[in-house]
Amino acid sequence: MTSVAAEMAKAAPWNDPHARPYVELVRVSKFFGDFKAVDDVSLKIYRGEIFCLLGASGCGKTTLLRMLGGFESPSSGRIYIDGEDMSGVPPYERPVNMMFQSYALFPHMTVEQNVAFGLKQDRVPKAAIRERVAAMLDLVKLGEYAKRKPSQLSGGQRQRVALARSLVKRPKLLLLDEPLGALDKKLREHTQFELIGLQHQLGVTFLVVTHDQEEAMTLASRIAVMDHGEIAQAGTPTEIYEFPSSRFVADFVGSVNIFEGKLVEDEPEYVRIASEEFGGTIYVSHGISAAPEATVWAAVRPEKILMSTTPPQGADNVARGAVQDIAYLGDLSIYLVKLATGKVVRITRPNTTRHAEAIGWDQEVYLSWDPSSPVVVTR
Amino acid sequence: MNRRNSVFVLSCLAFGYAFLYIPIMSMVVFSFNASKLVTVWDTANSPTLKWFYALLCDDEILGAAWISLKIALINATGSVILGVLAGYGLARFPKFRGRASLNAMTTAPLVMPEVITGLSLLLLFVALEQETGWPAGRGVGTMIMSHMTFSMAYVTVVLRSRLATFDLSLEEAAMDLGARPVKVFFLITLPIILPAILSGWLLAFTLSWDYLVISSFTSGPGSSTLPMVIYSKVRLGVSPEVNALATLTIGAVTIIVVGVSLWMARANRLAQAP
Amino acid sequence: MKRLRARFSGRGLVVALPYLWLLLFFVAPFVIVLKISFSEVDLAIPPYKPLFSWYAEHALAIRLNFNNYAFLFTDKLYADAFLNSVKVALVSTILCLLIGYPMAYGMARARPRTRNVLLLLVVLPFWTSQLLRVYAWIGLLKANGVVNNVLIRLGVIHNPLALLYTPFAMYVGIVYSYLPFVILPLYANIEKMDWQLIEAAEDLGCRPWQAFYKITLPLSRNGILAGSMLVFIPAVCEFVIPTLLGGPNSLMIGRILWDEFFSNRAWPVASAVAILMLLLLVPFMMWYQSIQARETAGPSG
Repeated sequence: MTSVAAEMAKAAPWNDPHARPYVELVRVSKFFGDFKAVDDVSLKIYRGEIFCLLGASGCGKTTLLRMLGGFESPSSGRIYIDGEDMSGVPPYERPVNMMFQSYALFPHMTVEQNVAFGLKQDRVPKAAIRERVAAMLDLVKLGEYAKRKPSQLSGGQRQRVALARSLVKRPKLLLLDEPLGALDKKLREHTQFELIGLQHQLGVTFLVVTHDQEEAMTLASRIAVMDHGEIAQAGTPTEIYEFPSSRFVADFVGSVNIFEGKLVEDEPEYVRIASEEFGGTIYVSHGISAAPEATVWAAVRPEKILMSTTPPQGADNVARGAVQDIAYLGDLSIYLVKLATGKVVRITRPNTTRHAEAIGWDQEVYLSWDPSSPVVVTR
Repeated sequence: MNRRNSVFVLSCLAFGYAFLYIPIMSMVVFSFNASKLVTVWDTANSPTLKWFYALLCDDEILGAAWISLKIALINATGSVILGVLAGYGLARFPKFRGRASLNAMTTAPLVMPEVITGLSLLLLFVALEQETGWPAGRGVGTMIMSHMTFSMAYVTVVLRSRLATFDLSLEEAAMDLGARPVKVFFLITLPIILPAILSGWLLAFTLSWDYLVISSFTSGPGSSTLPMVIYSKVRLGVSPEVNALATLTIGAVTIIVVGVSLWMARANRLAQAP
Repeated sequence: MKRLRARFSGRGLVVALPYLWLLLFFVAPFVIVLKISFSEVDLAIPPYKPLFSWYAEHALAIRLNFNNYAFLFTDKLYADAFLNSVKVALVSTILCLLIGYPMAYGMARARPRTRNVLLLLVVLPFWTSQLLRVYAWIGLLKANGVVNNVLIRLGVIHNPLALLYTPFAMYVGIVYSYLPFVILPLYANIEKMDWQLIEAAEDLGCRPWQAFYKITLPLSRNGILAGSMLVFIPAVCEFVIPTLLGGPNSLMIGRILWDEFFSNRAWPVASAVAILMLLLLVPFMMWYQSIQARETAGPSG
C-alpha cells in the first residue's frame, strides 16, 4: 500500500515532539444538559493523516466531529485548525468540509450543481468552477452522470457525489461521518481502497468517524477509540490491536481472551501472573508497571493461541480443556475450548488444508502461547 | 401489504364513491338541461349551453366572482407568508416564549366553527372602528383579514408537517459548503419546500373562494362574494345558472387538482432523499 | 459561541408577525365577544351599551349584565336548540365513521397506484365548493327531484316522498359535506400501519375479523378520534346545511345565532350564544389538539 497513511506511519510525526499538529483539540468538553457527550478530549492530528474516531453509537464521536465542523460549539476547551482558533467561527467560514452520513445531497440540484455549490459560495469565477467540477467528477468516475438528479443514482454513486462535493473546495480538513455506513459489504471494501487512493492523490487530511473497527483499521493512519465521551486510547492500528491499554480497548477492537490474575513475580524483563481463571501461571516476556500483588488482566488474541492434542513443553502458559464448539467460517475456524476452571477460551485457526483437521467436538486439547503474546493491562 | 380487499370493503368503497359523486354528476348533467325546472330533462332541446351563456351575462354573479377572485388571490398570498413564518417557527425553534400559545392559535382555527369566528371578527371590526376609526366600514379589506386569519392556520399545518420530515443535514451541508444562513434558506430550504408552499397557497385560495359564513359577517354593502350570491339564489330553490356555475367550478378544480397532483408526484419522486 | 447565538436572533422576527396577527384577529375578537355578551341591547349603532363608563373624574363604572345568559337559560328554545345540535352532530359523526372507516381501510389496502387515484377522488370534492355540493342535494331530494323521479319510474312509490326540508335531508347533507374530513385522517393513520402485524396476529391464530378488531381498530384510534372531532365540532354549529336542506323547523344553534344577529339585531344575545357554544366546544378542540400533537410526535399504541 502506497498511501499517504502508510508513508505517515513511517514518518510518524506524532512521535516527534517538535512536529506541529495541523488540527488540535485542547481539553474539549460538550454537555447537553447534564449529559456529558464529550469529556475533556485532547487530540493532535497531523497534516495528511487519515485519523479515525472509533466507538459505539453514543460514545461522543459524532459530537466531536460536529464541533470541528462548527455545528456544535464546545462547552469548554479550544479547537485549532492550522494554528487558528476556531471558537465562534461559523460552519460557513471554516476551512473544513464535511461528508454527511446521509450524504445530504441537494435533491433539487443535479450532480454537477451539487458539486459546484460550494465553489459558487466562494464566488469562484464561472469558468474555473466548470473546470474544477468536471475534474472532480472525473476523479470520482461520475463524469457521465453530471446532469442526473441524486434520486437517479445508486447508493455508491451518491456516496461519490457527496465525496466530490466536499473535496472540490480543497478543504484543510475533511470530516467524514460514517462514510461507508450506507453501502453493502462488497461495495464497502472496494470503496475503502478508493477513498485511500483519493486521499493520497489530493493530500487532504481526513477525520473519519466510524463504528466499524475493520473500516477504521483499513483506512486509518491512527485510530482514537472513544468510550463515554472520552478517548480510551489513540494510536496506530497496530498499537491499538497489539498493545491495547485497557480491557475495553482490547475487547472493542477485535476479539480477545482476558484472564484475571495476581502479579506474583514482577521483574524488568518479565512478569508472572497467577490466574485462577486460567488455572495456572501466565508468563509474559516483558515488564509492566504495576504495584506488586495488584490485580491485573492478561489479554490474549484468539489467533495467538496454539492448540494441540499432545502436551506442549513447559509449565507456564499451558492449560487443558475440551472443545465445546467449532464454527467453520471458510477461511478460518473458531474453536471454543472449555478449561477445567470453567472459563471458555476462543481460538481461531486458519484452514490451511482442504480437509478438516483431526480436532473435533469434545476432544481434549492443550492450549499454549508464546510468552510475548499476552498483553497485561491494569484497568 | 397488497392483500385483496374483501367483498364487504369493496362494496363499501363503491357505495362511498357513488355517494360522493352522484350529487356532483347530477349537477353537471343538469347544467346542460334546457328546462328551467332543472331536474326534469327536456329531451327536445337538450343538451344546451344556454345556462352557461346566461351565466356569462349575469352581472351580479360576474361582479361577485371578481370580488371573490380578488379576495382569494390576496388572501392566498398573505396566508402563505404568515403560514410559512409560523410553520417554520414551530417546526424549527424547539423553544421560544409563546411557542405553546402560537401552537394553540394556529391549530384552533382549523376546528373553530365559522359562525363563531364570523361573529367575533365582525364585533372586533366594529369595536376597532369605534375606538380608532380603522377599519372604516366593512368590505373587501375586512373580509381579506378574516379569511387570512383562518386560511393561514391551514398553511401552517401543511408547512409544519413538510418541515418535520425535512432532512436538517441538507441545510448543514449547505452551510458547511460556505452558504450563510439566509442564503441557505433561499437556495436549499425554500426550493425543497416549494411544493408544500404551492399546495398551501392553493388550499388558502380555495378556502377563501368558499367562505360563506365568515364573509357574510364581515362583508359590507356592495361587496358580496360569489358564495353569498349563490346562497341567496339557492335559498329560493334550484337555479339552472347555479348548475352551470357548479359545472365550471368542478371542471376547474379537477384540472388544477389532477395537474398539481401529477406535478407533485413527479417532484416528490425526484426529491426522494437518499 | 456568540456568533452562533447571533445567527438565531432572527427567530423573534420570524414568529412575531404571525403571532401578533393571530393575537389581534383571533384572540382579541373572543375577548370582545365575551365583553358584549355582558352588555345590554341598545337601539343604536352598534346595538349594545358600553360595559365601562367614566363617571365624573376618576370613577369607573362597570355594568355587567347577566340578562343575556339568564334569557338563554329561561327560554326553552335555546336549551332545545343546544341539545338538538349536539344530537345532530353526534349522529352525523357516527354515520360519517360508519361510511368513512371501511372506505379509508379499503383505500389503505389497495395497490399504491389505485390508492393514489382513490385518494384523489376523495380530495376532489373536498376542494370543490361546499355550498355547491349542498345545493346539489336540493336537486336530488326535492319533490320532482332525481331521487323521487327514479323511485317513481321504478314503481317503488307512486307519489313523491317529502324528502327535502326534513331532518333526513339535513343528515344527508352534513354526512355528505364532512365525509372527506373523516376519511382523510383515517386513511393517513391506517396507511401508516404495518400490515405484518395483521399477518403476525393471523399466524398466532386470529381469524381475519378478530385481527381487525384486536389490531387494526385499536391502532387507528387516533385517526378515528381526529376524524370525529373534525366532523363533530363544525357540525354542532352548522348553519348553511340546516337552512338549505333542513327546512324552517330545524332547530340548530348556529341558525339561532345567525337569526339573533341578523334578524333581531340582538348582538349581546348572539354573543352570549357564541360564548356558550365555545364553552361546549373548547374541551373537544383541546382534545383534538392533543391527538394531533400525539400523531405528529410519532406512532403510538
